[in-house]
Amino acid sequence: TEKMNQIRSSRTPKRPLEVDHKSQTDLSAWRKRGRTDPEKSSQNHQPPGGQKNDINQKNDVGGKNDSQEVSLEKALSYFEKVQGRVSLRNNSALQKHLAAVESIALQHGLPPESFEILLNVVLSGKFADTVNTRLLKSLIPASVIPENSVVTAVSWLCTNKSSGSIQLLFLRWLITVFDFIDHKEQVNALYGFFFFFLQDEKLCPYVCHVLYLLTRKENVKPFRVRRLLDLQAKMGMQPHLQALLSLYKLFCPELVTITLPTKTKTYFKNSEGPWKAAMNAVRQRNQGSTPLTQAVFLGTAQPQSRKRKWNTQLVLPASSARNSEVGTEKYCDLFSTDETFPVEQLQTFPQLLQNIHRLEFPSQMGSVLTNPLLLHYMNCVRDESIYLRLYYWMGQMLQEECTWCVVDNTNETEFKSFLETIYKAECFLQEGFPACEEFLYKSLPLWDGSCCRPEILKLVSWIPLSSSPEIKSYLYGPLAQLFFTSSLYFKCSVLESLKELLENWLNCNVIDMDPEFHSLNTTLSGLVTVVADLIHFVGRLSTVGLRLEKNSTLLLIFVLDFYETVCDMYLKYNLPLLILPPAGVFYPALLSMDSVTLNQLCYIMYRYRTNLVAAKENEESKKKILQFKFSNETYREYNQYITAMVGCLWTSTVFQKDTHPQGLRMDEELLNKTLVKDFKTSFNIVYHPAMLGYSVNFLKQICPEDTTLNFKLIKGKRWDWYLEYLYAQGLEGLKVFIESSINRVSQAS
Amino acid sequence: RFSRAALRDYARLLGAFIAAERQKGLAVEVGVELDIKVALSSLPELQGSEQDQPAVLVQLSSRSRASPKNSEDKILWSGCFCCVYGDDLSENMPEDFTCLPLFLANGAESYMSVVGNWFQKTFDCIFRRLAISPFSLTWMVAMWTGCKVDKATSAVELVFSVPRLPQPLDISYAIHPEDAKALWDTIQKTPGEITQEEVDVFMDCLYSHFHRHFKIHLSATKLVKVSTAIASAHCDGIVKMLHSQYLSGVLMLLTELAISQIQ
Repeated sequence: TEKMNQIRSSRTPKRPLEVDHKSQTDLSAWRKRGRTDPEKSSQNHQPPGGQKNDINQKNDVGGKNDSQEVSLEKALSYFEKVQGRVSLRNNSALQKHLAAVESIALQHGLPPESFEILLNVVLSGKFADTVNTRLLKSLIPASVIPENSVVTAVSWLCTNKSSGSIQLLFLRWLITVFDFIDHKEQVNALYGFFFFFLQDEKLCPYVCHVLYLLTRKENVKPFRVRRLLDLQAKMGMQPHLQALLSLYKLFCPELVTITLPTKTKTYFKNSEGPWKAAMNAVRQRNQGSTPLTQAVFLGTAQPQSRKRKWNTQLVLPASSARNSEVGTEKYCDLFSTDETFPVEQLQTFPQLLQNIHRLEFPSQMGSVLTNPLLLHYMNCVRDESIYLRLYYWMGQMLQEECTWCVVDNTNETEFKSFLETIYKAECFLQEGFPACEEFLYKSLPLWDGSCCRPEILKLVSWIPLSSSPEIKSYLYGPLAQLFFTSSLYFKCSVLESLKELLENWLNCNVIDMDPEFHSLNTTLSGLVTVVADLIHFVGRLSTVGLRLEKNSTLLLIFVLDFYETVCDMYLKYNLPLLILPPAGVFYPALLSMDSVTLNQLCYIMYRYRTNLVAAKENEESKKKILQFKFSNETYREYNQYITAMVGCLWTSTVFQKDTHPQGLRMDEELLNKTLVKDFKTSFNIVYHPAMLGYSVNFLKQICPEDTTLNFKLIKGKRWDWYLEYLYAQGLEGLKVFIESSINRVSQAS
Repeated sequence: RFSRAALRDYARLLGAFIAAERQKGLAVEVGVELDIKVALSSLPELQGSEQDQPAVLVQLSSRSRASPKNSEDKILWSGCFCCVYGDDLSENMPEDFTCLPLFLANGAESYMSVVGNWFQKTFDCIFRRLAISPFSLTWMVAMWTGCKVDKATSAVELVFSVPRLPQPLDISYAIHPEDAKALWDTIQKTPGEITQEEVDVFMDCLYSHFHRHFKIHLSATKLVKVSTAIASAHCDGIVKMLHSQYLSGVLMLLTELAISQIQ
């Protein structure tokens, strides 16, 4: 019963939220009652299960948050439906909902859909001014303000149902939140309506400010200019009228012929008033730390920091470079070929193609990283200076923002997304950046292996091919250190990125034969050396890694993936290099407990064979002038492996025939001592631990009624059936291996 | 692309940018007279060798409306791009590249950030504080102590900060300039040349003298500021130049530090 009580008490917290809704939805009521109340009210609904108070309280806190959301919806629906004039004093429902809206607005800001409802309420004069003022003051946006709400608000404004002070406050609000309105086409269309309100003396300054924000060239009409001049004649030289007139003059100098004082003063009073502080607070709360695109001055934000933060912008907008040849401005209209296409307008690929002859890179090269069209353009242009600029900026930014190299920097998410951007640009261009390579060489020795791990490993895979010896100490050294001391998943990730690195290098050789873009002197032997070094490095890593992880299947899969790329280098990538996996990889794979790895190993050995056979044929046919040939040593090594494998899986002779120094050769006496019966066949395709599942299933299918598993049945004709069964189960690698490497003496038996 | 002929245009654009930043949201016309006047000029005197580019001076001055037209404007902020004996860098640059790695700024931080932002946006450069390591500071104090000054007006002062204490502790160590110079003269073997060993010996002497009196090992603390009659330097990159005779020497050292931070 104790347990039942516990279960019941942990379940019942849900009920109070539905039953006693009233007492929990109103936050201000909570606050008034004081802190002892939560316990009291929860205990009212719980059976006496004292220990469960923690869960209850937790659920209550959760309940409070839920009730906040609920109360906003309720408040909005209340405001939507309320009719007639309601006074604040007597109506507790109004008070409650008003308080709810205010508190939510101050904490998180209001969601977009609430603005229309609330603005309708405010400007339609249903409530007294006190209510309207409070509502207007709490119109703080959480994200954006939909345009429709502003349009309906203006239409209510025109009905003049609200009082003058409310109208004024509304205009002030509109000016403050102007930037939050999502689209402004319809608001712009209401220009004439706003212009009409100029006649109201009290509203005039604020209307001028709104018009100042809205005015575009097409809004400047002669009758409007005349109206403004009339107003000025009536009211005298007012700064707000001056502002609007000077803006009109800026757009259409020919329409505004009066002289205006050219000194710019503050035209408009700062009307941001009660909303500004609240908006800042909401924004900070919603976004956490200030986004990097805001400039933060040293001293106000981080007094102790030694870095200047105003110059770090990792995401740069593309802006056109300013034409410094001012003298030629006059001629620009005549010779349209001199005119450069502004980069901000470049949106589509056809645009790029049409304007490619008059496109100029933006003033900050860093902005090309996020712009695929500019990246295309960068590929075509042969100007060295753009690469200089880009690499300089990238190098500086990586150095500055690296979270483990620089002491003060703890902003990991931004650096992560910056690294991600660089990686995407590299994938797009299909080549690595030298600045990035240098950064990796400098920072990998200091890396802890966990900070920004996926991003760094992805960038490693784009390190450009080069024959410099630095790569060994700067890349292989630190990677090996981290590899040996890290978790299984890190090992797998490193192997994956090294596989991709190999593929990128091999692709380099196949696709890009242009010697200009390689720091290598593109001798084939140079390339072969570098690739061979990488493969041997991975071989060493894999051997030790498998030992450390006790031949973990996951690690084996990644290792064999790497060798799957290696085995086909000759045929697929045209590189005359064949490197077999080390014994520390081969034997664990051969003796693994998993059929997936065994299958993959078979496939890999089959591909090696195909490559070797093709190389031999080319050599013998002497059609091509060969600069190389695979040494006899390679063939011998392969034969050794294949003997072991066939002996293991097929002929059951592995313990005698395997001549590899690290192989499975064992004396018969030793094997007898193990007291294992039939040890000779213990690793063939029937009895191998990886294949045992298949052989059992097979036996069950051919002799369903026989419960004793007699494996000896699988011979002769049934052996062929067994092979067909295995192939049908998806063991393609095994299939090609057997078909290629094993000569069946008698097919019929 | 930077060109010296366009300095006046840059000044106009920078001026408009500054005005726009100050009055956010209001439209500003380029060319209209503004409260803050910007002047960019070339300073051919401020360079080291022939290969150095002449310096570029940026000055922000305020125009007060009340005073008559020919009264002087008050200079609010000035900055200078320069390169003094920066041969290492200019060798590797293409022909028409203007390379001025060192930037000196004097004035309020807010102007620095506005001007810096504009230069970064327009010329794709990056501004960074010149962090001077304690190692470089020891070189500076050794070099400057040895300079001959007519009237040694200020003491040779070293300021150390002690890390990892609950309240930060700063130790200021002041030495009479003539004593310091005498010490350095005994250490330095070849006039005009300074080696790393000489600097180390100099610093060791100062540290051991301090230790004898106060039993504190200054070598374990961090040297943050050095100050001599010639100039003073702080590890945050704040430098004060006190003697015009040795100006180019100080600037040469700073240029070298700036170049080493780029590479």
